Amino acid sequence: MADVSKEIAEKWGLVVDQDRCTGCNACVVACSMENNVPFQGEDNVAFGRGTYWIYNKRVWEGEYPEVAPAFQPVMCQQCGSAPCEPVCPTFASVHSEEEQINLMVYNRCIGTRYCANNCPYHARQFNWQDPDIPEPMNSYLNPDVTVRRRGVMEKCTFCVQRIVGGRQTAADENRPLRDGDVTPACVAACPSGALVFGNLSDPDSRVSQMAANERQYKLMDELGTKPKVTYLKGGGRNGG
Amino acid sequence: MAAETKIFGKTQTAEQEYEDPKEQLMFDPRPREEMNRMVMEMMTTTTKKFWLFFFGLGGGVVVLLFGAWGYMISTGMWVTGLHRPIYWGVFIVTFVFWIGISHAGTFVSAILRVFKSEFRRPFTRAAELMTTFGLAAGALYPLIHLGRVWVFYFMVPYPNARWLWPNFRSPLVWDLLAITTYLLSSTIYLFLPLVPDLAMARDRTTGIRHAAYKVLALGWRGTEAEWFRLKKAIQIFAFAIIPVMFSVHTIVSWDFAVSQVAGWHSTIFGPYFIIGAILSGVSAVVTILYILRSTLKHMDYFLRPEHFDALGKLILVFSFAWAYFFFNDYLLGWYGGEAAVRQLLTAHASGPAAWIWYTMLICNIVVPWLTLWNRKIRRTPWLMFIITLIINVGMYAERFTIIPLTLGHQRTPFDWGVYTPQPIELSIVLGTFCLFTFLYLIMSRLIPLVPVWEVQEGQVAHTLRKVGKAKVPTVTDLE
Repeated sequence: MADVSKEIAEKWGLVVDQDRCTGCNACVVACSMENNVPFQGEDNVAFGRGTYWIYNKRVWEGEYPEVAPAFQPVMCQQCGSAPCEPVCPTFASVHSEEEQINLMVYNRCIGTRYCANNCPYHARQFNWQDPDIPEPMNSYLNPDVTVRRRGVMEKCTFCVQRIVGGRQTAADENRPLRDGDVTPACVAACPSGALVFGNLSDPDSRVSQMAANERQYKLMDELGTKPKVTYLKGGGRNGG
Repeated sequence: MAAETKIFGKTQTAEQEYEDPKEQLMFDPRPREEMNRMVMEMMTTTTKKFWLFFFGLGGGVVVLLFGAWGYMISTGMWVTGLHRPIYWGVFIVTFVFWIGISHAGTFVSAILRVFKSEFRRPFTRAAELMTTFGLAAGALYPLIHLGRVWVFYFMVPYPNARWLWPNFRSPLVWDLLAITTYLLSSTIYLFLPLVPDLAMARDRTTGIRHAAYKVLALGWRGTEAEWFRLKKAIQIFAFAIIPVMFSVHTIVSWDFAVSQVAGWHSTIFGPYFIIGAILSGVSAVVTILYILRSTLKHMDYFLRPEHFDALGKLILVFSFAWAYFFFNDYLLGWYGGEAAVRQLLTAHASGPAAWIWYTMLICNIVVPWLTLWNRKIRRTPWLMFIITLIINVGMYAERFTIIPLTLGHQRTPFDWGVYTPQPIELSIVLGTFCLFTFLYLIMSRLIPLVPVWEVQEGQVAHTLRKVGKAKVPTVTDLE
């Protein structure tokens, strides 16, 4: 088997084009299905305990009545210098050297929720109670992803199971990983192509080229978290 | 010829300001045996009211603390009022509060001992007990607030099958180490000066009590060599525990200060928290002293208005210091001009929960500044009781402002939130208050709450000398 992992160092990244985002929330649903994110129900969501690994932040632009909605899908920004990592007492929030993303070890988590306080993006979710998955809902569960019990934190992993799967497929076919081999659930579900995923260390990948766009900005760049998610500023009336 | 001074239009002569030295404990000695008997009586007298409180508070601990906590463990954290983005609520507020209270013992006992403040003598032990029990109550919270308390030992550095140490970069691990160090050292520091008193109790009791005191007194006979060593040990501990005390609350403040959260990321949090802790701790000492004085037999001999007076001055000074640090924290945060911090400060002062912010300012600044300058107020124990309770309400409000109110108002308006504590949380908080009081109540009948030997030593050292016609109080240096 060829050692393909060395050929291109992996530095996964995501680009969100706000000009294209329509705020349809398909990414939220796809993410929940892919990652066994529990549905919390109306009351919990209203109380602020809805669990989303990706959520669509809606803000209004302009002065009433001339207002237009703007959408900003926010997920874990996979910070290069992540505020959640140093504060965890048990190394449950760790940086993966191979994928260059921030991962969560559920079994190590003791639930101090310090990481969630320290995340400026509020991307981390806490399991306030055990997930309630009645029959036949349990058949939607993804066997590649753990179902988290109460008391642990969880968050977007850039669908690390799909990254691993893509890498294995490429290795099976004895070829290096190509651009487009790995698609997280949110990217696959996005109907308008607002989300683009790929390897940032490959200068020819679509995501690298889009991230160099002049409309690019990082969320709260001034905090020095070095996020791997790049946003493209929107300008149009629809979405944007 | 008495000098005349005018205060508020009233003529006051120097005579009226003069206080009979006999009113002071140090110049009002009683025979040693009588004092020992008084303390023994204090320990062994139990009234109906005592048992009422004993069972009431004990029940409170079982139901309010362990009952509610057990329920929360078995069902999950959803019973709390926490939600995104406010992940820390009254548990951490009360944690900081108790750690603050625990600074009283060290401050009153160790620092005043090092500086040879004589007024400390009758109440060092009462303050040290507060340290130990304040820590016992506070140290529960890092466990209570965990999502999975049953694996709390992942935080403890021990060799394990996973080959993993805890993350020493995390302030929570520093917390664990600092608090256990402080708990251990403050317990030893409580025990050392207790040994001669336990020996005194051993010689005056029979039965089980005698057997227990015999073990605990470590065979104390009161020889010259024993006293020499004990004094040396106390001296070493008094000095050594002061930096430990400073480190503990600094580390608690670093839980907040090392984070990214706007309003927490402040370089002044370390000293600011320490001053706040001492303010609330010394206030709590006065609160407890008043309760001890009005419930324990013979306590009014040992605790006198002079002690409330001296502690009142300390509280006033620390209230000044607290205001200074508060002003520094806020002014520079506002002046720094970061949008999130400015919005946060505006929200604190004018948002829906602004009443908490104003409660803090009124209780911590307005009340002490308006009252404690007055000697008469400082010398009225029940007034001091109320004032110090108010100060601790203010300090609780301070921590509430710093923790949930700050977390709820961060950089993105989309994620702003409001936090309301839920019954289970309040029950647990109330439960730890029961625990603290319950432990204190038990200890008040098990160990001499007044360090008799220290009082006696002080009374030997203090004398009144006649210089001309005036009587001048003098103190012999004992070291």
